[in-house]
Amino acid sequence: MNADRRLEILELLANDARLTARQIAVMLGEPEEEVCAAIAELEANHTILAYRTLINWDKAGRSRVLALIEVRVTPQREVGFQAIAERVGRFPEVKTLYLMSGAFDLAVLVEGKTMQEVAFFVATKLAPLEGVTSTTSHFVLQTFKEEGVIVEDGEGDHRLVVSP
Amino acid sequence: MTDWSARLNPTVREIKPSGIRRFFDLASEMKGVISLGVGEPDFVTPWRVREACIYALERGYTMYTANSGLPALREAIAGYVEEAFGVTYDPRGEVLVTVGVSEAFDLALRAVIAPGDEVLVPEPCYVSYRPCVALAGGRPVVVPTTLEQGFRVSAGQIERAITPRTKALLLCYPSNPTGAVMPRAELAAVAEAAAARDLIVIADEIYAQLTYEGEHTCFASLPGMRDRTILLQGFSKAFAMTGWRIGYAAGHADVIAAMNKIHQYTMLCAPITAQMAALEALKHCRDEMRRMVNQYNYRRRLVIEAFGAMGLPCFEPGGAFYAFPDIGVTGLTSEEFAERLLMEEKVAVVPGNAFGESGEGHVRCSYAASVEQLTEAFKRMERFVARRRRTTAGRAACGG
Repeated sequence: MNADRRLEILELLANDARLTARQIAVMLGEPEEEVCAAIAELEANHTILAYRTLINWDKAGRSRVLALIEVRVTPQREVGFQAIAERVGRFPEVKTLYLMSGAFDLAVLVEGKTMQEVAFFVATKLAPLEGVTSTTSHFVLQTFKEEGVIVEDGEGDHRLVVSP
Repeated sequence: MTDWSARLNPTVREIKPSGIRRFFDLASEMKGVISLGVGEPDFVTPWRVREACIYALERGYTMYTANSGLPALREAIAGYVEEAFGVTYDPRGEVLVTVGVSEAFDLALRAVIAPGDEVLVPEPCYVSYRPCVALAGGRPVVVPTTLEQGFRVSAGQIERAITPRTKALLLCYPSNPTGAVMPRAELAAVAEAAAARDLIVIADEIYAQLTYEGEHTCFASLPGMRDRTILLQGFSKAFAMTGWRIGYAAGHADVIAAMNKIHQYTMLCAPITAQMAALEALKHCRDEMRRMVNQYNYRRRLVIEAFGAMGLPCFEPGGAFYAFPDIGVTGLTSEEFAERLLMEEKVAVVPGNAFGESGEGHVRCSYAASVEQLTEAFKRMERFVARRRRTTAGRAACGG
């Protein structure tokens, strides 16, 4: 299977992880075995990292607090930002972690049940790490769009039931 | 003064209401219906386009435009048609922006048809063709096509249908309702037949961009056909802009001028906000269009497979977003099939005879619906077809 086809499989799964290999095979006009093999390989080589569900937790009734923490660090000789990023990333409270250009180095998205929990994590775990020189916390007030999906999208299907 | 029927224009009075109408009334009263009966994209217009329209309003673009449309839009259209279809038109006299392809179609007919002129209409076809020919004072001459010929009209059929009164030929490929596309060689043969009898060709190519197998051949791009053809195109299908009502016609300056004459006295111009939006679509939304076309193509394959699985012969549609399966095995007429499927399984499809008599025995299923909706709809339809098969087989066994 060529690289473009693999990308198509990934795009389909990225939009809807519940598509079966059979459906994908039909949609692409490829044999099912080949699609299965390609997906297995993409899973094995960690191109596909996980299959997740995007959930509006506010609606689900589970409160959560999200904060974006700007972290400045001192890169270490030979390993640069890698070693510190690995240490930060292993905390389960850290949902997302990026190395950034600009005024700070690491953007850390932290999730907790309460504001105190997040603040406590930053104060006791993140800030004291060796190499971390400063942290600035920004709490998320409302999520409008996540992973390309608008959270409260009022756009329904307004088409007529039957039209020529 | 209450009896209007005697006072109405007889041509209008005799036009039958669309076969879709009754079915629409039936379907729209029901809850929980999955509709595969919709002739428009399930995508909402790309946000860029909508936002451009809002911005145009904010800047006060609320006035008339030139009759033929905003010069910038006509230029963009001419550029696009040249790039995508290989035909060159002068935006200053050979392109006319209209209120959807529907208006362009009506203008084309009214500009060329004199009372009694015959117009060849290959069927099954879009529901408006025959009434519009009649309203323009012409006589529609139906050229029926069948599943066996892949719903592609042949040059031989055209030649046989031509009489001394034949003035024009209508072509719509990719086709609504069948999804048929015409390969270049077959179109070239039709072109030869049209040229031999000096026919005008009105080419409704609204679904051109939604071509999945091979490349779309624009009729006007065939040798010698540019000045004989009135090319109709629009934004509704490719850019998911049905409600904006923006289409265009391109052709020889003389016929475009004639169409513009009718347009200026009846419509004046297409809405400026929609024209600004269309300009944005052409300039910046080609990737978005390709993304939507890819999605249709994925679903198209699901649909073909689903009909195969339920045992309804379905000709493989190469374009548009419709499948037109043969429902003969169920022993039902297309209206019975559509009505019972709606009542028993709450799936709406359109009876094939709404698109002409040659559509009888088929139903039109639109795959402008999500994979989830399609999957559920086909599950229901499969159940329905299996039930009907048992009934039909039972009757046959009893000698009924």
